Amino acid sequence: MKGTTLSWRDLVSEAVSGLASRPTRTLLTVAGTVLGIAALVATLGLAQTASNRIVGTFSELEATSVVVTNEGGNGGAGDTRAAFPEDHEDRLSRLNGVNAVGALGEINIEGATVSTVALDDPAGQDAHHLSVIAASPGLLAAVQGTMGAGRWFDAGHETRADNVVVLGPGAANRLGVFRVDQQPVVFIGKAPFVVIGVLDDVARQASMLDAVIMPEGTARRSFDYTSADTVQIDVLVGAGELIAEQAPISLNPNAPETFSSRTAPSPESMRNRVQSDTNALFLVLGAVSLVVGTIGIANVTLVSVLERVGEIGLRRAVGARPRHVATQFLLESTTMGLAGGVIGATIGILIVVGVSAFQQWTPVLSPLIPVGAPLLGVVTGLVAGVYPALRAASLEPVDALRAGT
Amino acid sequence: MADGAEPDTAAPDTAAQSSGTDVVLSLRSIAKTYLAGDVEVAALRDVDVEVSRGEYVSILGPSGSGKSTLLNVLGLLDRPTAGSYVFEGMEVTDLDEQERTAVRGRRIGFVFQAFHLLSHRTVEDNVALSMLYTGVGTAERLRRAKQALESVGLAHRSSFLPTQLSGGERQRVAIARAIVTDPAVLLADEPTGNLDSVTSESILALFDDLRRRGLTIVMITHDAHVAARADRAVHIRDGRLTELPPAAIAAPARASARGQR
Ligand SMILES: Nc1ncnc2c1ncn2[C@@H]1O[C@H](COP(=O)(O)OP(=O)(O)OP(=O)(O)O)[C@@H](O)[C@H]1O
Ligand SMILES: [Mg+2]
Repeated sequence: MKGTTLSWRDLVSEAVSGLASRPTRTLLTVAGTVLGIAALVATLGLAQTASNRIVGTFSELEATSVVVTNEGGNGGAGDTRAAFPEDHEDRLSRLNGVNAVGALGEINIEGATVSTVALDDPAGQDAHHLSVIAASPGLLAAVQGTMGAGRWFDAGHETRADNVVVLGPGAANRLGVFRVDQQPVVFIGKAPFVVIGVLDDVARQASMLDAVIMPEGTARRSFDYTSADTVQIDVLVGAGELIAEQAPISLNPNAPETFSSRTAPSPESMRNRVQSDTNALFLVLGAVSLVVGTIGIANVTLVSVLERVGEIGLRRAVGARPRHVATQFLLESTTMGLAGGVIGATIGILIVVGVSAFQQWTPVLSPLIPVGAPLLGVVTGLVAGVYPALRAASLEPVDALRAGT
Repeated sequence: MADGAEPDTAAPDTAAQSSGTDVVLSLRSIAKTYLAGDVEVAALRDVDVEVSRGEYVSILGPSGSGKSTLLNVLGLLDRPTAGSYVFEGMEVTDLDEQERTAVRGRRIGFVFQAFHLLSHRTVEDNVALSMLYTGVGTAERLRRAKQALESVGLAHRSSFLPTQLSGGERQRVAIARAIVTDPAVLLADEPTGNLDSVTSESILALFDDLRRRGLTIVMITHDAHVAARADRAVHIRDGRLTELPPAAIAAPARASARGQR
């Protein structure tokens, strides 16, 4: 006698009818996978978008930065450091592709404290150990700094060696100076300086944020300051490497090796690092939610097998083989997984797009996600269905018919 | 099971086949023993029975006598512990599960006391279900299902759900599902057990009708009135069969069954 068969078309239609006949339960079951996959897609998508943004900011910033120091390569020379020529700003500005040039150097204030009151007591509450640095007028632009209050010094302050300072936001906070319209005074040791401005932020040379900053001319006259130790150059995108090469030569054509310069790390390597850091966390989150979704489907499919024992018995009586029964339940769970994957991916993508629109970011999604998420849903459903399907297939027809009505 | 069949019991079967006697099913020395914990329950002992094509046989017995066990063996839903079962000339006790499933699906129709309809599927779908695994195309399945429903007088309920039908109508759907594959035998386990007497009568009338159209029927019942409707009644008690001549199945039962009409 010819064996019994079941075509794929009929199998699919049986599975879909099985699901459609319990719509509420099917929806609730799928909800678990929807959540899991939506979470996975949203976290991956947001991670990609965010890291792309971080790297975007980083690399643009780094690619346009060249830093020259006087830590020359001729080692053995001990601590004799070459001074930057006085006209270094002019020399470097002449190079093609340079936007701004600024110098800075640490001032040795011999342990003096900074205070807003003229006190002699170095241990006093109002005396702070702050770093004091000298800067050229061009530095603000070269570090892409912004002022929170007041102004930055200009060439006039520099040449007149005025007793003025600008405070980094950290230093201003500790000194309690928030406004400059009353021309507040700070004392470095016993010497008074008028605060003409407070920085808001800088994109480079973060040491400025906690420092008291004065013109180089002032530093030379009031302290033992000879030369800057660092020159920050802001260059056009793409000009970094060339200018890093030319800067030492233009500062000292005879001995360029007395200066060293460096530019950005390769943006690619940075992108990879940032991405793998963020993705690891998000992947774990997504995987956990997916496991929860799988357990949900497995659970409901198992309940459904137990509830439909009578149906299984009847199907066996009218010619269903154990594998027909198994594939039907497997297909039901897989269909739920697929539905969960598709709906979840859609919601996840909408979340990424929505958050990006709100944050004004450019949404970045790997093309693998719209394809991979439904596939992942299918795998989820398949895995979830294996045990219930085997249980269903192993039922003896007599027992199934007796147990179910 | 099949290994227990003595060679001398197999001989008459082959003889019966070769002589052309149209026997649909034939049990020889069938035994079924359940193991309930350590206790052996002999549900069937040394059962011999033969049903010819077109015959309407009832199996009558009290609760626990082994009626359902016998029907499950006849329907290839369960395997006997010993004995020989020849179905349409083929020894079926040693078929593997796949072959048994094929015989069951193609050649046997079942009607159960509790209907066993899929409650979320339409009447039509329920009837068509019994052709799902036998390779009949969708359109042909629906056409035949309609035909079968017509023959049980339920054509107008095709798109109803079973829950929207009365008990008698549900059992008619189950009967349509059983006959739609044109089986060699219809096996009915207490088909009127869940129905009131008037509805039972209409189902029994439908069985009479099917019998007239040539269907072979084996029906189980604990009710002598119901059993008396068959051509032949077999009595079962403690797993043993005793054949009763039709006249002996309590003539008054027969008379009163008629009186109910
Ligand atoms: N799976 C089983 N395990 C153990 N014993 C069983 C099993 N199935 C049936 N039996 C026993 O076999 C005997 C016959 O059972 P069966 O179900 O065939 O009776 P029945 O005549 O159909 O009864 P009823 O009229 O109540 O349906 C009973 O004593 C029953 O307890
Ligand atoms: Mg019974």
